[in-house]
Amino acid sequence: MPAAVEVAAVARRFGTVQALAGIDLAVQQGEFFGLLGPNGAGKTTLISILAGLTRADRGTAKILGHDVVTDYRAARRALGVVPQELVFDPFFSVRETLRIQSGYFGLRNNDAWIDELLHHLDLTSKADANMRSLSGGMKRRVLVGQALVHKPPVIVLDEPTAGVDVELRQSLWAFIRKLNRDGHTVILTTHYLEEAEALCARIAMMKAGRIVALDTKQNLLSRFKGLTVRLVAARVPAAWRARVLRADSGIHYLGLDRYDELEGLLAALREDGISIDELALAETDLEQVFLRIMAGEDAAPAVPPPSLEVPEA
Amino acid sequence: MSAPDLPRGEARGAAAGEAGPMAGYGWLTLLGKELLRFWKVSFQTIAAPILTALMYLLIFSHALEAHVAVFEGKVPYTAFLVPGLVMMSVLQNSFANSSSSLIQSKITGNLIFVLLPPLSPLEIFGAYVLGAMARGLAVGLGVFAVTFWFLPGPLSLSHPFWALGFALLGSAILGVLGLLAGIWADKFDQLAAFQNFIIVPLTFLSGVFYSIQTLPPFWQLVSHFNPFFYMIDGFRYGFFGLSDAPPVRSFAIVAAAALALSLLTIGLLSRGWKLRH
Repeated sequence: MPAAVEVAAVARRFGTVQALAGIDLAVQQGEFFGLLGPNGAGKTTLISILAGLTRADRGTAKILGHDVVTDYRAARRALGVVPQELVFDPFFSVRETLRIQSGYFGLRNNDAWIDELLHHLDLTSKADANMRSLSGGMKRRVLVGQALVHKPPVIVLDEPTAGVDVELRQSLWAFIRKLNRDGHTVILTTHYLEEAEALCARIAMMKAGRIVALDTKQNLLSRFKGLTVRLVAARVPAAWRARVLRADSGIHYLGLDRYDELEGLLAALREDGISIDELALAETDLEQVFLRIMAGEDAAPAVPPPSLEVPEA
Repeated sequence: MSAPDLPRGEARGAAAGEAGPMAGYGWLTLLGKELLRFWKVSFQTIAAPILTALMYLLIFSHALEAHVAVFEGKVPYTAFLVPGLVMMSVLQNSFANSSSSLIQSKITGNLIFVLLPPLSPLEIFGAYVLGAMARGLAVGLGVFAVTFWFLPGPLSLSHPFWALGFALLGSAILGVLGLLAGIWADKFDQLAAFQNFIIVPLTFLSGVFYSIQTLPPFWQLVSHFNPFFYMIDGFRYGFFGLSDAPPVRSFAIVAAAALALSLLTIGLLSRGWKLRH
């Protein structure tokens, strides 16, 4: 069974910017995969290469075993992309837009599926409305519909919930989850880390054109397992300096493995005569993992999972 | 290095017989979309250019009928002007269709809907060019229908197939040029420059309003380097059986130009120039 997406040594430079500096990635069929990273990390460039919108300088990319350049017809037929930009054709209605997109994929009588898409995307009442008259959230849903007209086995969503209100976001995710349960591979890029945490089973984190972490969500969370203490104080006790994860103008973030370590921290603060202005505890979530990895830290777990990539210095 | 070539993949795809029962429906849809696009705004894309051509006819025939002799006085000036205006409208509107469709899609970003599906460079080329031809020919037919009534005598259409051949070839070549300009331009003003500084001068100096035999020898020579001259002149031959250049030579020159421009454009589409970064 070929991988849903297989990327090998893909690099791409735009002028002086190395957008992708050698990406290796395999996403298996049926996965719900997250691609995270700050702006400029190369997520959209990678997706554009998968979609044939951008050519790689070197390396290969395959969708279900079909090379995106040499076997582009089969590759594109297997792929549905929801682009990041809110684009639409002002000449057409919602239904016309979806019919035309079906036609581009060679599908003639696709109205049953189009009706189902309209229903799931809550657009049935807008089917005959011109694209121009739709709100941003509705246009976004039409984009999702366009990506799905040909029932692609692999679906890529490039920040699909930007500008979509909360209620709609929930129903959109319910729909995408259903597609994933039905066997579609879903690849998602998002800025909403809680979204990735809630949906994606495996996650790649990108930074400056490289994958700096690639693992299951569980492993990523346990990689920085334990608690984070947010301490607002003049300084940190000498014995605890090594536990500081991040310090930012009097706010110190310290890592704890267990709750009972808190007692030791409080004792050390008392001994050193440091007064606590604020103290808060948080369990590690994906956002903290993300921030730590982006900051170039590594928790160096005792036994690193084999698939874990260590950021290069 | 870079520049992976698409045509090879295309050939392989075709060899694998991946087409299936709905082969070709993708590009037919794109063609249909191109037709629907200008049809939905036909007042602007068809009616307006017909009115413009009618204005030219009324003004120029009124001002020049008594002053300009064409084909040694064998053809009245207004009769001479009608096919020129028809062909000029065909050419300008073919160019306008493919160029504006593409640049609008590029600037609004919805070109992505055409770039994501499994459409080959040749299919994209064919759909845009045929869409452009349809608009150009529709406008040309409309111009003919309204200017026909101003002909001073009975309609002379001595070689209709020559006229049709030049109309088809002329609309195709301008459709290709429009596609090329649309691919190249990043902004509307670049496209406007292409139109105003290349297309309009070449059409106006091609002998729409005059026979080049009335020009001084130097400008006659210059006109022979203008491919638009052969399109207008050849088209007019279809009406009167008279022309400034032999129709076969004109046809060969226009066909060669169409082929060269088509190959260039298909090549650029295959490389993804300016479209697939």
